[in-house]
Amino acid sequence: MNRRIERHRNILDFAISSLLRRKGKNLSLLAVYAFIVFIIASIVFFTQALKREATLLLEGAPDLVVQRMVAGRHDPIPITYGDKIAAIRGVSAVSPRLWGYYYDPFTGANFTLVASDDDPPAKESIYIGSGVARIMRLTTGVHWSLRGAKGTPAVFSVQKILPGNSELVASDLIQIREDDFRALFDFPLGRATDLAVVVGNKVEVPTIAAKISRQFPDTRPILKSEMLRTYDSVFDWRGGMVLVILSVAVLSFVLFAWDKATALSAEERKEIGILKSIGWETGDVLLLKSFEGMVISLTAYLVGVSVAYLHVFFFSASLFEHALKGWSVLYPRFGLTPVIDPYQLCVLFFLTVGPYTVATIVPSWLAATVDPDAAMRS
Amino acid sequence: MIELIEVSKNFNAGRANQFTAVDRVSCSIGLGEVTILKGPSGSGKTTLLTLIGCMARPTSGRILLHGIGKGCLPGSPVDDSIEITSLPERFLTGIRRGTFGFIFQHFNLVHGITVLENVMLPAYPTGESVPELRHRARELLELFSVSRHAAARIEQLSGGEMQRVAIARALINDPAVIIADEPTAHLDSKLSCEFMEIIGGFKGQGKSVLIASHDPIVYDTALADAVIEMRDGRIIGAGTSP
Repeated sequence: MNRRIERHRNILDFAISSLLRRKGKNLSLLAVYAFIVFIIASIVFFTQALKREATLLLEGAPDLVVQRMVAGRHDPIPITYGDKIAAIRGVSAVSPRLWGYYYDPFTGANFTLVASDDDPPAKESIYIGSGVARIMRLTTGVHWSLRGAKGTPAVFSVQKILPGNSELVASDLIQIREDDFRALFDFPLGRATDLAVVVGNKVEVPTIAAKISRQFPDTRPILKSEMLRTYDSVFDWRGGMVLVILSVAVLSFVLFAWDKATALSAEERKEIGILKSIGWETGDVLLLKSFEGMVISLTAYLVGVSVAYLHVFFFSASLFEHALKGWSVLYPRFGLTPVIDPYQLCVLFFLTVGPYTVATIVPSWLAATVDPDAAMRS
Repeated sequence: MIELIEVSKNFNAGRANQFTAVDRVSCSIGLGEVTILKGPSGSGKTTLLTLIGCMARPTSGRILLHGIGKGCLPGSPVDDSIEITSLPERFLTGIRRGTFGFIFQHFNLVHGITVLENVMLPAYPTGESVPELRHRARELLELFSVSRHAAARIEQLSGGEMQRVAIARALINDPAVIIADEPTAHLDSKLSCEFMEIIGGFKGQGKSVLIASHDPIVYDTALADAVIEMRDGRIIGAGTSP
């Protein structure tokens, strides 16, 4: 057993020494290879982490959101609907929500305005997210004039800037009092943007949604699970789009790696002949070549994945954030919680290390099966 | 003893350029002796060496090893004869590695690695530990007065030094038979004579030496126990030392 291990060790040592002899070729291959792994791993890490953030975010969301639809479009819902929905068996609570968007033509940013009864700001005051403060250059105590629905300016005092750790949720948020919200948007009394419904038994959520649909045909209940699915699709789609754009680079690499891995130089062929003539078996040569392939691909994999990890979780994926985060000019700044999906890492491993190692073995096998007397005649 | 019975080797069989490199050669090579294969280029010397050294299989005929190659085949009795012509590649490699040490005309050293690594190279697949191997390789380099170049790259050496490294490499697995193909082709007369002195040392240690050469320094040497003369793939004369 010891001799077997020693044999593998000796051949591995020689494989590393062989790779170092062709530094230029192997380092350039390693750099391109690691870069491709880095790009793919960054996308995988980033979308996984965002999906997880979205899932955590939606944990605090209501089980059901009920919106009113008019001609297939979202319309303010009468608050009286809430009383009738609360009477449905199984519904724990119903609360009307007031929210909307405010477009700022100077910065081109869209802000989310929310009227909240929970710790509301003072009259004609607002709380703002750190993204809003950043883009509008606002600090606490400063006045900010918003253009109302009737064209008249409404001046608000910034009472508080929401803490940075809630940036994913609150980056573009403006929290406002209910009466100020209605005045700003000329939002009718007795109406809300939608209704948040809490259900005691989560299994009953689809049944209750069906009952609401029947009782109020002009409404559309949206389940929390549907929202989760939408987030998943959005991030998968974005990751997929980036991959499609990068597919040319990936394809170029595949061709490059295939060319480098499969083409043995005359020097390498001669070396295989020498090794065979001095007593190496075909199996020994194949082991040597597979070790060479594995050292390259494994190093590229580890370097690519490690740099991708640092890039995503320590530098907020600065290379891809515009493609993967948000859709407006207002990009939230936040650190993602490291999430690693072993399944995705395994898939990435087998898609990168496996094919390259096989690609290096095939030509070596062809060269190694020739009679060793070829070396005598070279 | 190495016994060859009606051994032939054809290349490019069935094609227009088919030719017979070795034609029904029968001879015996004694153990512990220096045997010289003499003849002009294209006479079949190198092909015969490759057949004896398990590097290629003959097209027809039999090659038998009597009293050497023991332990290279699993379960083979010590005094048994081995017919190498019918063995699969794996066993042939085992015999080649354990029984024969090769010195090539062009040295066939691996460039880019050190002298020491080149000497150790044939023993890597045997699974011997690196410290033991390194120790033995250093002893061999010492023996051939090239130990000061142990850490140097092979391409930094002169022709004579490369020759010595190639000899050290041939001895790393302590083979019973040394096979040398035109070993003095790239050496001047002084270095050729030094090489023959080394061969004398092998003979003194009881090793068998088989040399293919058309250099008079080699085939006229007093060390030769037998000289086999070849032409056009056939033996045209055999005798003892001149």
